[in-house]
Amino acid sequence: MRGNRLYKTFINIGGALILGLLLSFFITLFINSLPSIKKYGFDFITSKIWDPVFEKFGAFPFIIGTLLTSFISLIISIPFSISVSLFVAEYYENTFFSRIFETLVDLLAGIPSVIYGLWGFFYIVPIVSNIQIKLSISPTGVSIFTASLVLSIMIIPYASSIAKEVIKLVPNDLKEAGYSLGATRYEVIKNIIFPYAKSGIFAGILLSLGRAIGETMAVTMVIGNSIQLPKNIFQPGNTIASIIANEFTEAVGELHLSSLIELGLILFLITLIINLFANLIIKRHGFEI
Amino acid sequence: MKILKDRLFKFMVIFFALLILLPLFSIIFMIFKNGFSVINLEFLTTLPKPPGETGGGVLNGIVGTLLLVFFASLIAIPLGLIAGIFLYEYREKKIGEVLTTFVDISQGIPSIVVGIISYLWIVKRMGHFSLISGSFALSLIFLPIVAKSTKETLKMIPVYIIEASLSLGVSYPRTILKVVLPSSIGGILSGILLGISRISGETAPLLFTAFGNPFLNFNILKPVSSLPHLIFVYAISPYDNWRKYAWGCSLILVIFVSLMSFLNKLLLKKWKIKF
Repeated sequence: MRGNRLYKTFINIGGALILGLLLSFFITLFINSLPSIKKYGFDFITSKIWDPVFEKFGAFPFIIGTLLTSFISLIISIPFSISVSLFVAEYYENTFFSRIFETLVDLLAGIPSVIYGLWGFFYIVPIVSNIQIKLSISPTGVSIFTASLVLSIMIIPYASSIAKEVIKLVPNDLKEAGYSLGATRYEVIKNIIFPYAKSGIFAGILLSLGRAIGETMAVTMVIGNSIQLPKNIFQPGNTIASIIANEFTEAVGELHLSSLIELGLILFLITLIINLFANLIIKRHGFEI
Repeated sequence: MKILKDRLFKFMVIFFALLILLPLFSIIFMIFKNGFSVINLEFLTTLPKPPGETGGGVLNGIVGTLLLVFFASLIAIPLGLIAGIFLYEYREKKIGEVLTTFVDISQGIPSIVVGIISYLWIVKRMGHFSLISGSFALSLIFLPIVAKSTKETLKMIPVYIIEASLSLGVSYPRTILKVVLPSSIGGILSGILLGISRISGETAPLLFTAFGNPFLNFNILKPVSSLPHLIFVYAISPYDNWRKYAWGCSLILVIFVSLMSFLNKLLLKKWKIKF
């Protein structure tokens, strides 16, 4: 039975690894942000001034930038992701048409984010600068809004892939009962499918929110990377992720680096909580991602 | 009125659903249009020339990406397999459930955070950027994908197969190694391909680990370039021909990623678990 014991030890290493990784991520980030946490405390989140030269680090503009980009992109993407999931899971379920469509949406999910950035940089930025001219704002092209637009396209597949699965789970009996009462398809969707699938759809939207908050490259390339607090969404800004991407390699001094790591810690914790929440909802629905 | 509402809703759904194909086709079209015009033998087989000069290629990026993915696989695949087997063995116990949730949520950690971790663990200690720190960052993204797909595949193997093997007097570890793992090879490989296509396009964690290098490098302790990193650097550069090169790199990367997912689909068809 020595083999058995060896096997057990061996796979337990695997378990320890999973547990250890997340914990050690947290500990590493926390220890390395200590200098900044000690120096700035809660001001780190509320202060508007980010000045590496005078070692003043307040992350408020980037937190606002992250909140703005992720929520705007979420709002833009919701009608699309719900339409996509209804399209493949209800209106054209199991047809040749929907299979092709699903493959195309999967393709959208598989494109590396840096390519979205490249595309946004050359083709979305000019469109936005035209809008800015019409609004008589300086036509930078790069802005919070540009980043939200690119992000919204990137996150549609994440929300729709979960929503589609839960919509497929709605029992046929329920739908048929609705039809037999003379309900139209729209009424069945509104009064039977949505109430049944709403928590699953919500979980999908949460997952895409987590994605939007953590996305780095595509945002960095089109947001303009300004350290000022943006006055409106057509001005350049920065998100937590993009400021890290921009300044990490050039960080001078311990406090600057430590402040950027604290931003990483904030990003880590926020996405962890959002994903955990989405995961629990999905588990309750009884299917795996 | 009722019918009208129904029709209108259906129209809206189809409209919004088809509308998202617009950006998709635009991206694909632009990659092919702009990418094809720069890809030639020189582009694929030579190193970049100094800024401003014309000519040169992206061999450093192609080789760099291959090396980064190779070493990341070397770290992530065996460890991911072991972690996956653990999740499978403990799937009905509390600890298995909790750790499966851990694996799920660690797939959502932003890749830039993973870059910070690899920087703090490796780059800071070594004092300089390196291939291995880039591969390590990528392996942290890769590992949960392998673990998850391994668990999901093993779960599908029927218990009677395991019992049949045990009743022949084969020990349990041997059964896992010789019966269960080989019959789930399709699902496991598919998880690996999925992971490779995911990490080969990652850029953010490489910014402060592998960093970039205008020369060919095979030394794991030295910085190395990669295709996604070149796309980023070339796109934001002020030189016109470099910007074109960004599209060329994108075309190579998209072809590579699509190839992986195509292989994945073939594999799933061929080795689908059915008993």
